[in-house]
Amino acid sequence: MTSALVVDAALVLLVLGLALWITAARAAYGAAVGFVAYGLLLTLIWVRLAAVDVAMTEAALGSGLTGLLLLGAAARLAPYEAAEHQRRPGLGLRVLVGVLCAAIAAGLAAVVLLLPDPAPSQALAVAAHLPATGLGNPVTGVLMAYRAVDTLLESVVLVPALIGVWSLSTEMGWGGRPGFLTPWRSGSALPLLARVLPPFGILVGIHLVWAGADDPGGKFQGAAVLAAMWILVMVAGLREPPRVSDRLMRFLLVVGPLCFIGIGAAGIRLAGAFLAYPEAYAKPLIIAIEVGLTISVTAVLGLLLAGPPVPEPQYQRQSRRRS
Amino acid sequence: MMALQPLFAAWFADLMDLGGLLLVIPLMLPVVGLLLALIVRGRSLGRFALALLLLGLTSAAAITAAVATGDQALHYQLGGWAPPLGVALKADGLSAVMLLTTAVVLLGVGIYAQRGFQVPAGLPETRRSLAFWTLLCGIWGGINTVFLGQDLFTLFVALELLTFSAVPLVALDGRPETLAAALRYLLFALLGSVLYLLGAVLFYGTYGTLDIALLADLIAGADALPPAVPVAAALMTVGLLAKTALFPLHLWLPPAHAGAPPAASAVLSALVVKASFFLILRIWFDLMPALLTLTAAQVLGALGAAAILFGNLVALRQTRLKLLIAYSTLAQIGYLFLIFPLAAGGSSVAITAGALQVVSHACAKAAMFMAAGLIAAALGHDQIRGLGGIGRALPLTVLAFGLAGLSLIGLPPSGGYLVKTLLSAEAIGTGQWWWYLVVQVGGLLTAAYLFFVLSQALSASPQPTIPREHPRLVQQLVVLALALCALLLGLLPLSAVDLLEIGRPAAADSGAASALLADAWSLDKLWSGLWPVLIVAALVIAVRYRQQRKPVEPEGIKPTAAPGRALDQLDSLLRQWPVGGLLLLVLVAALVQTMLVGR
Repeated sequence: MTSALVVDAALVLLVLGLALWITAARAAYGAAVGFVAYGLLLTLIWVRLAAVDVAMTEAALGSGLTGLLLLGAAARLAPYEAAEHQRRPGLGLRVLVGVLCAAIAAGLAAVVLLLPDPAPSQALAVAAHLPATGLGNPVTGVLMAYRAVDTLLESVVLVPALIGVWSLSTEMGWGGRPGFLTPWRSGSALPLLARVLPPFGILVGIHLVWAGADDPGGKFQGAAVLAAMWILVMVAGLREPPRVSDRLMRFLLVVGPLCFIGIGAAGIRLAGAFLAYPEAYAKPLIIAIEVGLTISVTAVLGLLLAGPPVPEPQYQRQSRRRS
Repeated sequence: MMALQPLFAAWFADLMDLGGLLLVIPLMLPVVGLLLALIVRGRSLGRFALALLLLGLTSAAAITAAVATGDQALHYQLGGWAPPLGVALKADGLSAVMLLTTAVVLLGVGIYAQRGFQVPAGLPETRRSLAFWTLLCGIWGGINTVFLGQDLFTLFVALELLTFSAVPLVALDGRPETLAAALRYLLFALLGSVLYLLGAVLFYGTYGTLDIALLADLIAGADALPPAVPVAAALMTVGLLAKTALFPLHLWLPPAHAGAPPAASAVLSALVVKASFFLILRIWFDLMPALLTLTAAQVLGALGAAAILFGNLVALRQTRLKLLIAYSTLAQIGYLFLIFPLAAGGSSVAITAGALQVVSHACAKAAMFMAAGLIAAALGHDQIRGLGGIGRALPLTVLAFGLAGLSLIGLPPSGGYLVKTLLSAEAIGTGQWWWYLVVQVGGLLTAAYLFFVLSQALSASPQPTIPREHPRLVQQLVVLALALCALLLGLLPLSAVDLLEIGRPAAADSGAASALLADAWSLDKLWSGLWPVLIVAALVIAVRYRQQRKPVEPEGIKPTAAPGRALDQLDSLLRQWPVGGLLLLVLVAALVQTMLVGR
């Protein structure tokens, strides 16, 4: 018991210290590296709190893919950072903002400590109705049945986010390939890694999705692993990213949410409500939606990292320079 | 055509019979559109979106008709799961009217944008076209979900859909300054999202549910208020204020709304900022009406009043038409927050006035931004000083701009007149005369800059103005139609005003708004609203006359130079990041304080 307490206390102190360090770090790249480590520490904390689903999501999305995005952005911004530091607000203003932030954070902490204990929860109701969905994992029950509309809309939100990234291209670049992930220098170990790792990664990703019905895991975590494998293959130069006008890729982007809406609409007839499942087929239908969503989320996450499209000549130039 | 009419009527009746299931259509239609837009052939995207918008208008009309005839709100439980486990949708009279307004404005924008966002011959698809039509669907889906959702987390997802769709629209032209404006908007709006989400988490931690109706019962039934509730309310309110761009949190609005393409500006100004306002309304009047303490209400009202005065004064200083309209939006948002001190006593009149303001400003501002777009395209610039001769070249467009302006000023019979009448009556009735003054002065300031723009537009130019790009007739007609919607809102039957109260918590004074409005058409009331505006018009003409005789100053009208410069400095100070962030934090602390002290 006491050893667990020591570990927990150490984790808490580490997370707080790291958070402070990230806030104070002057270089964006360093802060981004710190953020990845911070995400991994948070993952451990979620595991300690027995929230394995949240832990996996934090590791895959919060720390992994977000970390990649941040590192990429920091690397691109590095040349401009010095100029930005010149325009920092004065010490007085920074102290004032810091004091206010600290006061509000302290207020929030006090309020959180005053929340009712034990916390009111829907856990019993979630468990009581779980058999109707045929699922074993209550988190999946919440995401795919009780609050299916949130999951549906979350998967849809990814689409405007991707279009936002794409819209940063020039009109000339439209229809071309995304330009952020041009292949790395040959002679590095990356191509080898990109040949060896993906078979295992894909297996792990699919397992996460499949197991998510009954055990911790699910489409977002699985899709993050699959997207990471795809990105690895693209960065290693084994496959080029698809053109933004590619019809098949466009279809894969939307197949998941469309399949979700289609099955949800069928529920009006078959189960009496939009996004309801007929009891006998609930589990197969939910798994079908999860598979569709995995495909779409993988595609969106991979393309988000691949960046806005660039004109074909520029793409070729970038590829040559790197290889 | 005649044979189709009964067919349509029968179909419409069938739609209305769907009851609560009807709410799924406005929820899902835009989302399906957003997804299919990625697969539809690029060249037919505009027409595809238009067809969807027509369907959307029909479903919104069916919902409004169903709410009005049933005299009660429509409810639906998604997946058949009742809250707190599941998520519910609800359309009361207020949401139905908002859905309808959104559908009308978006249809207008959709028709207007056919030209600007079509794919040129020889290309399969363009960046601008794909981004605009998909993001328009995204905005539409987000807004509709905000109006229907009854779950604080679903509403958060809706806000995210809205923000992620709205931000890229700002940067659609791809110029560096629009990219900077979009980034500013994104960061500030996300800050707002974080605050909102924090508040929602605190509600869940306290009560174990996110459903608005259940939470309202729990909060009303509790003897002592848990400390988390005022903190959560303050966090959510300030987060939403940042997204609504209420003064002094407006740092992102002017560059974003002025830099977007006209069709996008119309949507952003007319609809997007109203969605977050609608949630503030839901939080304060549906979720926890008892928590609106007098001090909290006065603080929100004071911010609104400051927005009206500041926004209008800064608008007077603008030299570019689109920036002037953007600052006018800032001022018009202010009217929405005057309803808090006026409704704090439990009256429903002010809420009705707020809803009417949302509707009339949505139509008027969409018309103005699109008219400004046509004018800028014709002239090649949007400098107010260089508008001379445009009235002769594009008479319909300038007429539409002027008519929409009448609604913003609040002249009869516009929607703005109804708003002003109701707000003034409530201010006098509750003994808060200072809000009455703000409403009147705001109207006169609005009149000043609109007459200034119109007098420029109607003046003769030295050379005959030959439009660089002549707008299509249908574009001009759409703009005029939206302006007329705003202008003729006051002529709607009074039962339309009562519709706003259907399904809302019963107020002691139900029907009071329509009773007040029935009284608004006496000659002396009309005259008392009119003569100050006429004086302002005469003043503007006099100033213009003097300016024409003197060498032309290069900037907007300046009553006096020194206060004007101070105003500009204040505006640029408020639009700095550190100041905006600081004000955000101060507001959170202040709102918590007002809720704790006032009890």
